[in-house]
Amino acid sequence: MSINLDSKVPAGPMADKWDNFKEQEKLVNPANKRKFKIIVVGTGLAGASAAATLAELGYRVDAFTFHDSPRRAHSIAAQGGINAAKNYKGDGDSVHRLFYDTVKGGDFRSREANVHRLAQVSVNIIDQMVAQGVPFAREYGGQLDNRSFGGAQVSRTFYARGQTGQQLLIGAYQQLARQIGLGNVNLYNRMEMVDVVNIDGRCAGIVVRDLLTGEISSHSAHAVVLATGGYGNAFFLSTNAMNCNVTAAWRAHRKGAAFANPCFTQIHPTCIPQADDFQSKLTLMSESLRNDGRVWVPKSADETRAAADIPEDERDYYLERIYPSFGNLAPRDVSSRAAKRAVDAGQGVGPLKNGVYLDFADAIARLGKNTVKERYGNLFDMYERITGENPYETPMRIYPASHYTMGGLWVDYELMTTVPGLYCAGEANFSDHGANRLGASALMQGLADGYFVLPYTISNFLAEWLNKPIPDTSHAAFKQAEADATDRFKRFLSIGGTRSPDYFHRELGKIIWDYCGMDRTKEGLEKALSELPALYQEFQTDLRVTGDGESTNQTLEKAGRVEDFFELGMQMCLDALTREESCGGHFRAEHQTEEGEALRDDENFAHVAAWEWTGDPMKPNRHQEELEYEVIKFQTRSYK
Amino acid sequence: MSQHLKNITLKIWRQVGPSDRGRFESYLVPEISDEASFLEMLDLLNEQLISEGKEAVVFDHDCREGICGTCSLMIDGQAHGPQKGTATCQLHMRKFESNDTIVIEPWRASAFPIIKDLMVDRAPLDRIVEAGGFITAETGGAPDANLIPIPKPVADASMDAAECIGCGACVAACPNGAANLFTGAKMAHLNLLPQGQAERFQRAEAMVETMDEHFGSCTNHGECEAACPKSISIDVIALLNADYLKAKFKNRKNLSRI
Repeated sequence: MSINLDSKVPAGPMADKWDNFKEQEKLVNPANKRKFKIIVVGTGLAGASAAATLAELGYRVDAFTFHDSPRRAHSIAAQGGINAAKNYKGDGDSVHRLFYDTVKGGDFRSREANVHRLAQVSVNIIDQMVAQGVPFAREYGGQLDNRSFGGAQVSRTFYARGQTGQQLLIGAYQQLARQIGLGNVNLYNRMEMVDVVNIDGRCAGIVVRDLLTGEISSHSAHAVVLATGGYGNAFFLSTNAMNCNVTAAWRAHRKGAAFANPCFTQIHPTCIPQADDFQSKLTLMSESLRNDGRVWVPKSADETRAAADIPEDERDYYLERIYPSFGNLAPRDVSSRAAKRAVDAGQGVGPLKNGVYLDFADAIARLGKNTVKERYGNLFDMYERITGENPYETPMRIYPASHYTMGGLWVDYELMTTVPGLYCAGEANFSDHGANRLGASALMQGLADGYFVLPYTISNFLAEWLNKPIPDTSHAAFKQAEADATDRFKRFLSIGGTRSPDYFHRELGKIIWDYCGMDRTKEGLEKALSELPALYQEFQTDLRVTGDGESTNQTLEKAGRVEDFFELGMQMCLDALTREESCGGHFRAEHQTEEGEALRDDENFAHVAAWEWTGDPMKPNRHQEELEYEVIKFQTRSYK
Repeated sequence: MSQHLKNITLKIWRQVGPSDRGRFESYLVPEISDEASFLEMLDLLNEQLISEGKEAVVFDHDCREGICGTCSLMIDGQAHGPQKGTATCQLHMRKFESNDTIVIEPWRASAFPIIKDLMVDRAPLDRIVEAGGFITAETGGAPDANLIPIPKPVADASMDAAECIGCGACVAACPNGAANLFTGAKMAHLNLLPQGQAERFQRAEAMVETMDEHFGSCTNHGECEAACPKSISIDVIALLNADYLKAKFKNRKNLSRI
């Protein structure tokens, strides 16, 4: 399958593009919609909202999740909030402002037209979620409350305590549950997608593995939507849930879907530092904490006193010092690197000197403990459960960790991948955040894609296929994919080596974190690219998976996911190596300003790198989609 | 600084499949840091089992931040273990001591058949939501979000109930295997809000009757509230009962018109 990177951005002025698209797209009439079957893989914000809305429109929908219930998807763990250009505060917000902040926040590596549409539909999301009963925080007069987030100078973030993702996902889940109850959506739970099947140049369906019985089966459809989340777990230690993986997207990539900007990963500045070597994951402390918390480290690297005993003039509030206009709310990539510089300089705090302080003493003095508790109580409780320290009394310790991936499957304006009929939504695609995502924009994008974009764009594709038969799952291509999947899982079981999938995942994660994490160099990336294939070779010969393939076997599930992380990891490093500039979350040490900030190269790298699978994970083909900025002019991103 | 616990004996329920009788097996964890989470201890045990060529213990888990509701362990007879208001994944070993014996079982409830080892099938909870745990508001055409002011105490009370993570600890802790706390929480979340009024009584009847098809009956033991990792109050059960009773009267007239 050849790679065609036509973005299909509609004509017209930026503010009219989405309306122009909607006026000109092909429609499917209500009575004909039931003739189409759509598969949605993943039931997080993007998947659940897409499946529910498509079913409401009248399409027949099959939804797949590897969880026991759609409500478990990792969208649920998002804490801080969701952005929308409502301007309820009258503080100067607008669709254009949100659009501008997002393009700038993404360091000019996102597609303008997609971002503008995202900002436009953001207002509909809040209306929709409130109508569904999401209990957003309210003012005493009953109006919706807002807070502010990194990278913005307005308050446009809606929130539900520190559990905004949970409340939004439950909203979307309930809407999906209604459609399941009505019989419009067939839900397949505890099923993992293991392959995509293309027939005659378009996506014909998927192959799934039943996680309870190991049974491999095929499902055909007129269109397939992948809403399967990001690949942050490639680093092993991340804030992602334990089961988050790249498998669905990667299997689609191997079947012809281009993978865009894999090196654009986000390291979140406020996570609880690692406490020990055996740690399984890192826990995020919401960015919203930076509204009231002040980040600092001791000025002296030899500091041994407790935080409270260090006088003001011996503390370095480095974000407020270096970035006075944004202060503690500097964007994530900028804040993360500043924390790393402080820790690398030996000013880290905590028993392992691997964190910086996030201090609420001033906020408690100013607002009172009760107000702080109301705003952040559940986060403070969580911090105490994990660390055994009380953040009302001693400052939190935080450090950056892998959190979100801006890269993902390449999609055009209609969210279709390079495989006709195969769509990708939410974090799994690459489309809206460029090289860095702003806080509270992931929830916005997932719901925008599922509620307000895909339901429109998918009919533009389906209309042409009315009354044309689609291949049945008895087709040879499905049988071949089933046989390949069966063989693959048998192979893992039969290697009979000495090391568990987790061992390889941990080792793989270390390499990617060390050389393709917050700070990347040509030398380091080349080292990673020599170590990864060797470790992958070891994985293929020394893996040990105990148990069988005919009942629940989490070790076997993990083996498949780790193998896909290996191939992805190589591509991440290749992408980081070939992008000879620094932008957003991609920081190449060779390309920085005198002050240590990211130095973009708009002349040579104002493009999306979309990788084509060739069969050899070390030798994918690199293609480019040039990014043209019609409205927002390139500028050096400054938060000073 | 972290301390290390020594000689922890784990008695873990092993069951190869739904039809197997199952049994306890004992494992020794020679040393573990008190910074480790309970599930990280099980990860280490599984690594050990795999290195010995044995099958790993199956248990449900995912976010490890106490919010997804996937983890589900009965620890020493308590759903989610000894720490109040805490899901298993947020429980840390500093709550235990050296030489402890810890008994780990799956949720025990007839509505939650055991799939394997510590993993159970909680699908009946989804059936209750599908029956009425939603507000019918199809995508598109929603009015402006600030059109209906919601008093802060009302939004807060709704949120208190909406915090439910759907883990099923309330069912596992209940001597009757009842799901009234789960159902009451979902119902209170929606029935307290102005948006939820249109379907309030239809919702109450549909959810309660679907619940009754799968789960035991509530006899006000209160174990559910004590076990709930989100400390949801059994007040929501009072609301459930009140709304169900009203629904049985109101719906005789109203539902006949649908």
